[in-house]
Amino acid sequence: MSAAETDDIDAVPARRPARWHIAVFLAPAFLVYTAVMILPLIETLRLSFFNVVAGQMQFVGLSNFQTLFGDPRLSADFWNALRNNVIFFIIHMLVQNPIGIALAAMLSIPKLRFAAFYRSAIFVPTLLSFVIVGFIWKLILSPIWGIAPWLMDLVGMKWAFAPWLGKPETALVTVSLISVWQYVGIPMMLIYAALLNIPDEVLEAAECDGITGWSQFWKIKLPLILPSIGIISVLTFVGNFNAFDLIYTVQGALGGPNGATDILGTLLYRTFFGFQNQMGDRSMGATIATVMFLIILAGVSLYLFVIQRRMRRYQF
Amino acid sequence: MTRLMKGMLLATTMLAPAGLAQAQETQLVIESWRNDDLPIWQEKIIPAFEAKNPNIKVTFAPMAPTEYNSAVNAKLDAGTAGDLITCRPFDLSLAMFEKGQLAPLNDLKGIENFTDVGKSAWTTDDGKTTFCVPMASVIHGFIYNKKAFEEVGVEVPKTEEEFFAVLDKFKENGTYIPLAMGTKDQWEAATMGYYNIGPNYWKGEDGRKALIAGTEKLTDPQWVEPYATLAKWKPYLGDGFEAQTYPDSQNLFTLGRAAIYPAGSWEIAPFKSQADFEMGAFPPPVKKAGDTCYISDHNDIGIGLNAKSANADAAKTFLSWVASPEFAELYANAAPGFFSLNSTPVKMEDKLAQEFVSWRENCKTTIRPSAAIVGRGQPNLDLEMWRVSANVINGSETPEQAGAETQKGLDSWYKPAK
Amino acid sequence: MSNARTAPVRTALIHLALLSYTVIALFPVFLTVVNSFKSRAAIFREPMAVPTPATFSLIGYETVLKQGDFLGYFQNSMIVTIASIALVLLFGAMAAFALSEYRFRGNLLMGLYLALGIMIPIRLGTVAILQGMVATGLVNTRTALVLVYTAQGLPLAIFILSEFMRTVSDDLKNAGRIDGLSEYSIFFRLVLPLVRPAMATVAVFTMIPIWNDLWFPLILAPGEATKTVTLGAQMFIGQYVTNWNAVLAALSLAIMPVMILYVIFSRQLIRGITAGAVK
Repeated sequence: MSAAETDDIDAVPARRPARWHIAVFLAPAFLVYTAVMILPLIETLRLSFFNVVAGQMQFVGLSNFQTLFGDPRLSADFWNALRNNVIFFIIHMLVQNPIGIALAAMLSIPKLRFAAFYRSAIFVPTLLSFVIVGFIWKLILSPIWGIAPWLMDLVGMKWAFAPWLGKPETALVTVSLISVWQYVGIPMMLIYAALLNIPDEVLEAAECDGITGWSQFWKIKLPLILPSIGIISVLTFVGNFNAFDLIYTVQGALGGPNGATDILGTLLYRTFFGFQNQMGDRSMGATIATVMFLIILAGVSLYLFVIQRRMRRYQF
Repeated sequence: MTRLMKGMLLATTMLAPAGLAQAQETQLVIESWRNDDLPIWQEKIIPAFEAKNPNIKVTFAPMAPTEYNSAVNAKLDAGTAGDLITCRPFDLSLAMFEKGQLAPLNDLKGIENFTDVGKSAWTTDDGKTTFCVPMASVIHGFIYNKKAFEEVGVEVPKTEEEFFAVLDKFKENGTYIPLAMGTKDQWEAATMGYYNIGPNYWKGEDGRKALIAGTEKLTDPQWVEPYATLAKWKPYLGDGFEAQTYPDSQNLFTLGRAAIYPAGSWEIAPFKSQADFEMGAFPPPVKKAGDTCYISDHNDIGIGLNAKSANADAAKTFLSWVASPEFAELYANAAPGFFSLNSTPVKMEDKLAQEFVSWRENCKTTIRPSAAIVGRGQPNLDLEMWRVSANVINGSETPEQAGAETQKGLDSWYKPAK
Repeated sequence: MSNARTAPVRTALIHLALLSYTVIALFPVFLTVVNSFKSRAAIFREPMAVPTPATFSLIGYETVLKQGDFLGYFQNSMIVTIASIALVLLFGAMAAFALSEYRFRGNLLMGLYLALGIMIPIRLGTVAILQGMVATGLVNTRTALVLVYTAQGLPLAIFILSEFMRTVSDDLKNAGRIDGLSEYSIFFRLVLPLVRPAMATVAVFTMIPIWNDLWFPLILAPGEATKTVTLGAQMFIGQYVTNWNAVLAALSLAIMPVMILYVIFSRQLIRGITAGAVK
């Protein structure tokens, strides 16, 4: 890395004073990104410090945040959504990522037949829109026309069927698993790539030492793909705390039943844009958005500054 | 900031389209949540208007009901909303008017065709300014499968006791699911349940006004009992009703697998096109024979003028036409179940729709209790009632808890006027 | 390589595991497509059955094609998706090249700034975006969508591509410089062809959220002329919520193009990620 950088300096010493091409290369991305993404987001964050006072937008400092955490109803909604969101994330970490790693480990076995087919097929759900995923899973799990009760009947398990999406105790887990089903392709692909990137020499050396099969995976491969698992965990974290669409299409904007599947994304949507007979509240919505941003920022920083550093030390 | 963005956007625009050709005629766009009615507008209503006003072209642009308010508000704020805005009743549209998004329509030609009651859902609290042309109201009740009633040999119930006796008969018989309703979408439980049967308990307008005045509380027996009755529906609902959605219920009924459907009159048109059996309807059963019956006859849909519309004149022409008896008759027959609020009586062809309207003769009418005045604050009373009604049917809350929770939410912001 | 005697059993088990998961992954898609070819009553009676002559029906597709202008929606989705992918790839690669190739003051800061967008959903800025689009007269144009999707896709693209470009050999670029190639030629003629697999990765990851997005079409371009296929399908569900033939047919139609695009990119995608685009 540092060697490459010194090379650069050697390579373009003469043009140092006016390297316009750097600006040219950066300008289009910078302009579009700033104009369409960053400025609107700043505008939203700014709103969280403003509220309507006597019919006028006014700077109110932190009072919106005070309301969010102080008002019994709002704060109850917020903590409920945060708790559900944490559970949503934990289920992804415990189910989606291990399954993804397991699938990738199997796919990366050299000379496995049909590997390309499996790989493509398992990635298919990731390509589907939430509209489709929501509709089809509601259909499958429906107690009335459902295919799930019918299938469970075939194996004599009909008694175990319940209207999972409608029960407060099971709805969140069910929706989380649907989301896992949809997204397992992403960790699978990334881990798969990491596994294929392990140098052959390392594996050959391991085999010479008699480390094969399972123990090879645990002792050699897993430590080597830890950085990829780290990246996947961060992507999962960011994705989960931004999630909205799936809950919206499966359970509606209210995150029912009785708020059991309400996560930060749906709470933000309802607050910011309003829902049915509830008016949207821009300022409070922006406040929730700001809090979400801080949560995500905290999680990502934790990864970048604590976990990733440890991992580096562990590697070398 | 907007100017900065504008500059940057222009700088980065690569695919700017050729400016839209300016047409000779005026184009009007209607924002609506009635996507079910798209064919009706495209095939019947708009052609009828355009035949009379060849210089005005109208586009009906509906979206999904759940997204309507969010999207329309965002568009109104940004100034991209259509010229004509379909109005939800009461507090929601009132807030839009107070924000200056809807234009006042007091001097619109044709607005005199509506009574004060008809206009009440779209008029300011002081009764002075009307901001939407009333289009229709919807009536709650129960739609039933006539064939199923004959098969099992039951009569249309008049009292609550008879109602549950009928449900028991169907449960014993086992061919039909007695009641087609689910709690997954929550709003059915309140709209088809609580708002449907409730007026008989809280005596319609008397109770609703007392609630607004603060002389009655949601914890009073007349407001808690309907929850108790709803809770008794549970055994008669289909298996897994907790995960049964609104379309599931509709399909259950129209495929002939359920006997009774707690309904709103807007179901008439879609049910007619899908069910292959005869349907009848009855109003919410009263507690004792001879009691006065109350029905929910809710002003549901109006249409207003976007205050920032560039085509206000053409839009007003359209609104005046909507206020005319001609539109009233056209709409009431094209969309049976949406009952005209026009003071000119309207002839309706549809039998089922006639049945619903006939209840107005003997029963006292009222609107949904959470719609006006008490529906203005946070938490929103309507959404709270959705939630607790579903909870009560699911059995996760007692009727008393439901009443107490909603009252507590109301108390947190609402102070009755003295 | 591994123990010869246990190998067949192990391989069989692995195939069994992969095959079962494949079934789980494809089953819902299969259901959608199969039922879209059946009559309404048959869908409810036997959702699992393959269409037979008695239950086969194209009524769903007929309704879809008659009601909405689905061909037009497809065209819109295609134009928006492809234009956005092209811009994300071009702008993203250019910025990634600048960040990975040159040392200049603010490089790290610029990199962090451009990566910020991975963390925040662009949806939070909807109202300001809409106001900006209104101010520039871009509302109800495909351009508005393309701009938003380009901005949304850039952070991840730059992140992935700059990681990848660091692996491109310096000797090659220096040789080019000695031959008198401009920095632009080095980028377009030497580096871009080498990072093609990584571009495919970016293309797939960019494509999925764009094709499937419901929100921005609804807010920025809900007009009939600019409606995308996902929005069209969603409206259809709203409108024909009980007409499951039509809904399933619309959904099947919406699945197809994205599958085709995936198949086109898929080989490059695998090469891209295996060649170390994401490490």
